[in-house]
Amino acid sequence: MNVLWLQSGGCGGCTMSMLCAETPDLLGMLADADIHFLWHPSLSEESGSEAVSVLDRCVSGELPLDVLCVEGSLLRGPNGTGRFHMLAGTGTPMIEWVSKLAARARHTMAVGTCAAFGGVTSGGLNPTDACGLQYEGATPGGLLGADFRSGSGLPVINVAGCPTHPDWVIESLMALSMGEMGAEALDEVGRPRFYADHLVHHGCSRNEFYEFKASAEKPSDMGCMMEHMGCKGTQAHADCNLRPWNGNGSCTSGGYPCISCTEPGFEEPGHPFAETPKVSGIPIGLPTDMPKAWFVALAALSKSATPKRVRVNATSDHTVIAPANRKTGLK
Amino acid sequence: MSRTVLGPFNRVEGDLEVSLEAADGQVSAAWVNSPMYRGFEQILQGKAPHDALVMVPRICGICSVSQSVAAAAALTNAAGAQVPVNGERAINLMLATENLADHFTHFYLFFMPDFAREAYAGTPWFDPVAARFRAIKGSATAEALPARARFLQIMGLLAGKWPHTLTIQAGGSARAVSANERIRLLSMIREFRQWLERHLFGDRLEAVCALESIDDLMSWATGDGPRGADLGRFVQLCDALDLHTLGQAPEVPRYMSFGNYPVEGTPALARGVWHAAAQRLEPMVSSDIVEDLSHAWMAGGGAAHPLKGSTLPDLDKADAYSWCKAPRWQGQVVQCGALSRQVVSGHPLARDMVARAGGNVMSRVIGRLLEIARIVPMMEQWTRALEPGAPFHASVSLPSDGEGVGMVEAARGSLGHWLVIRRGRIHNYQIIAPTTWNFSPRDAQGVPGALEQALVGTPVETGREMPVRVQHVIRSFDPCMVCTVH
Ligand code: SF4
Ligand code: SF4
Repeated sequence: MNVLWLQSGGCGGCTMSMLCAETPDLLGMLADADIHFLWHPSLSEESGSEAVSVLDRCVSGELPLDVLCVEGSLLRGPNGTGRFHMLAGTGTPMIEWVSKLAARARHTMAVGTCAAFGGVTSGGLNPTDACGLQYEGATPGGLLGADFRSGSGLPVINVAGCPTHPDWVIESLMALSMGEMGAEALDEVGRPRFYADHLVHHGCSRNEFYEFKASAEKPSDMGCMMEHMGCKGTQAHADCNLRPWNGNGSCTSGGYPCISCTEPGFEEPGHPFAETPKVSGIPIGLPTDMPKAWFVALAALSKSATPKRVRVNATSDHTVIAPANRKTGLK
Repeated sequence: MSRTVLGPFNRVEGDLEVSLEAADGQVSAAWVNSPMYRGFEQILQGKAPHDALVMVPRICGICSVSQSVAAAAALTNAAGAQVPVNGERAINLMLATENLADHFTHFYLFFMPDFAREAYAGTPWFDPVAARFRAIKGSATAEALPARARFLQIMGLLAGKWPHTLTIQAGGSARAVSANERIRLLSMIREFRQWLERHLFGDRLEAVCALESIDDLMSWATGDGPRGADLGRFVQLCDALDLHTLGQAPEVPRYMSFGNYPVEGTPALARGVWHAAAQRLEPMVSSDIVEDLSHAWMAGGGAAHPLKGSTLPDLDKADAYSWCKAPRWQGQVVQCGALSRQVVSGHPLARDMVARAGGNVMSRVIGRLLEIARIVPMMEQWTRALEPGAPFHASVSLPSDGEGVGMVEAARGSLGHWLVIRRGRIHNYQIIAPTTWNFSPRDAQGVPGALEQALVGTPVETGREMPVRVQHVIRSFDPCMVCTVH
């Protein structure tokens, strides 16, 4: 399976993250899965005209292009010219290269939230008119248009995340290589469901604090970060606390809130990232499936039942009170 | 004379274009263009100050932690706060992990594969070097990638994930380390040490740190262990290809470092500007820095200190040829990076290398590997000194009007963030990234940037569109174009 990987208005972080894959032999594993990079900006040998010739041969159809991977958002500005990113050595805007190549590719994959939805590059007043391949935030469209379908008939596969987890990219590529990714494998914004059908909250090490609404109040506190610190783990689609990052990490175990980086529009939450917006003391972004009245009732109840251990530990940076050793009488 | 336009350069971060004029088989003038603009400084305006900690790491996926550290330092500075010493050590560990992983990635994935290119086929050293370093297929790639991933597990523990952590906050680290985690960290650092000593150096790190001159290095590299290891192989290549004469910029004898890795406020690597011709260390202060817009696609033509600087694209500006601005220190072009840091901090081997042949392809690469050897033992010390139970973070409160400066050393060199807060919001945020210094375009006086000067004199074979020696020179700086214009 021939993969061509291009980078535009992003930071290269999804590539850097991919290279952190927890396997003794990443490139061997990809080769074994019949995944072959026609060109990758960080890995390949070819530079300059040799690289451009790979692109040309894909556009002409001489080289079969199975997967076009795009990392980074697509810069349409200024005034639709694409001149904020001209592909070096070609005098041609990157958006033109991407459009031509997507028209040839059997599959098109957005690697990361920038390429999927626009991401941080489209934040603020979006000075470069950045967008995703097939979305602008949550709105279908983007560079290729809402109706775009790649050769396989699939829309753009949005492996969203900022950055993406190495496994999300590698397993998506492997599923494509094995012919096992159809329309049913993608959620309503084109994300592979194998990781997007989870919430970040699942498996968070702070779940016990969440149960009792025992909350962190400042960075380095151990409590749940939903109430005061802006955590969107109960709403963000990703399996970050079920599969470790860099061996053993996740955002919430690293001491900071989930900012829902896999969601369209995460870059402009409408409030400071590490603060929870509230209406009369109640967070407005409630867990996805929970009616507000229930949440309020349960939160009041659980707060009144919070064990001292959980309450005290929630606002300290290490375990102050350890769980008691108590004989249960059970054998 | 005709101009050749070269690009895209791969195995660099981001997109890069270089125009060359050649005469008599060598480069006579060069123009460096960063062809992509995203506008982070514009995006940051009007945001809540702490939101910078979400945005700025995303300037760059290879040095995101450096961006976080600079932003947190600027916020801490604006708040007039102090980071507890545990927080300093934890942040040093994260920054060092990223910087060393960068040097490591650069050497194995970005730089060395060029010696395995067909242009060198037939030279006496080619076959073993190609087997070891060929892009994707070489044995070094297969060994270095898992070692890199294992080393970055330090980030999993300390930073939650890499890149793009939010652990690094104004006032310290949001992730306290417990006693057992301290032991685990130490074992992770030691595992990396062992890999380095086995494959990269073929000797103890302390033996590498003890090299005091080029002569020392040359004779060390022929010793039993080092000869068969990767630094030894590179030193042999330097000898075979005269890499110490390649990529010099004799008019830029100034090596800058903002200083790095503070413990109780004092940086482990000193701050300053080393003047190689005068053999003198000069003080480095923020007020000596300006950014010149004359050849950047930015509105306005003057030079301004970053607290007063502006970033507004103007694509039709006459004489402009890059999105990169031209930073200057006391009006001069300077070089920055690992070599500069080692020179400023007084390492004898680094000082000897620049005294004899300045910054060049060999000294820049050796500077990075020397830094790996020097910093790993420091990481062991910081880890041992962590005090579980004592605070890693101190609360800060930001003024609604104020300014802050954060100056740190990223892998590629000096990184500065300048922040102005008005009415509780970011009024101005200006960033000068390391590659902005090294890959700067010409300034108002027409003086080319460091790489533009270093390329002059590089041999270019006729008929080769992308001469391999030009690639060595460019990659010896380990450029990061996404940082450059952000
Ligand atoms: S910190 Fe976030 S992800 Fe973890 S339990 Fe609380 S709400 Fe859920
Ligand atoms: S925890 Fe949230 S912010 Fe962190 S990587 Fe996962 S989805 Fe993104």
